[in-house]
Amino acid sequence: MSKIKPSKGAPYARILGVGGYRPTRIVPNEVILETIDSSDEWIRSRSGIETRHWASDEETVAAMSVEASGKAIADAGISAEQIGAVVVSTVSHFKQTPAVATEIAHKLGTAKAAAFDISAGCAGFGYGLTLAKGMIVEGSAEYVLVIGVERLSDLTDLEDRATAFLFGDGAGAVVVGPSQEPAIGPTVWGSEGDKSETIKQTVPWTDYRTGEVEKFPAITQEGQAVFRWAVFEMAKVAQQALEAAGITSDELDVFIPHQANERIIDSMVKTLKLPETVTVARDVRTTGNTSAASIPLAMERLLATGEAKSGDTALVIGFGAGLVYAATVVTLP
Amino acid sequence: MAATQEEIVAGLAEIVNEIAGIPVEDVQLDKSFTDDLDVDSLSMVEVVVAAEERFDVKIPDEDVKNLKTVGDATEYILKHQA
Repeated sequence: MSKIKPSKGAPYARILGVGGYRPTRIVPNEVILETIDSSDEWIRSRSGIETRHWASDEETVAAMSVEASGKAIADAGISAEQIGAVVVSTVSHFKQTPAVATEIAHKLGTAKAAAFDISAGCAGFGYGLTLAKGMIVEGSAEYVLVIGVERLSDLTDLEDRATAFLFGDGAGAVVVGPSQEPAIGPTVWGSEGDKSETIKQTVPWTDYRTGEVEKFPAITQEGQAVFRWAVFEMAKVAQQALEAAGITSDELDVFIPHQANERIIDSMVKTLKLPETVTVARDVRTTGNTSAASIPLAMERLLATGEAKSGDTALVIGFGAGLVYAATVVTLP
Repeated sequence: MAATQEEIVAGLAEIVNEIAGIPVEDVQLDKSFTDDLDVDSLSMVEVVVAAEERFDVKIPDEDVKNLKTVGDATEYILKHQA
């Protein structure tokens, strides 16, 4: 039997840089109220959301990703040619093939980086980060770009009073690279396909194409079931991620949960009994729920405003349609 | 030992007080969680989970919508507690 030379990667991986892009159009609750019977007070009290960003025709999934990635690459202090792989998590890129990651890799000027899309809903960032860490430690890429990007406004039913106000658009990206010290903890992740009806696209595209349904597909969810799962089941997963990383909540600096809804965030903080010293991301107030983009966008904002600093220890957890989830402890770039 | 109706109402009152800040004496059998006690649909989930722990009972999502009043919840717990 011939001997295959083993691949050689870095001892560990870390997030080296982060970047975000928020579309220029800011949409206040008043605009949402044009199509649903609700109130600003109701929306704020149920979700914490005051405004969200909606993308224009020019702010495509690829364009927003290139903007966010450019910032992340600059923040990491590397050049695009050094990137070995581009992983894009999205559920709102409406061209099935080719993967949008290839266009993004090309536009950024990477040197033929491996590029592919993944579908893991609101847990997409954590899934991408886990893949990136594996690639770096295994040796198939030195630097990996992980992008979470959504145009959920395209998948929003503006007449559904339970979800019309929830979603926003944007892109968040991180550059993951080699490290001499552990800076991305073990990922606690999984799926619960028995709960696939809890958050879903209303109908398949094919039903729309054949005219079986007149309304464009949208994302719908069972609010109470999602809330219970997100708060109580995900708090357990978050706790497991802390334990897997050997970090106590007292040692934690920052908590960046998926920005689904501020009520979920509040209840998670309470259930996890996080000390008041932990900075909690609440980007949802002005960004809405941007699914896979929400964690890197929130991370970028916390660092930009000085609420968090480079080197801080952060717990990140994504959870959503699938149902799927991923939690890990990271050192902030 | 299974809780009595009185104990369940008292327990629910404490839970509603903690979650929604409603005075315990306002939590009566005929009170609607949403209309009288200002417990919205998301807070109701928190009440349900706290009640599950306290009274050792399982209240699945599909049953939560039927628990409109404190009396509904009390009756449900009385019937289903372990």
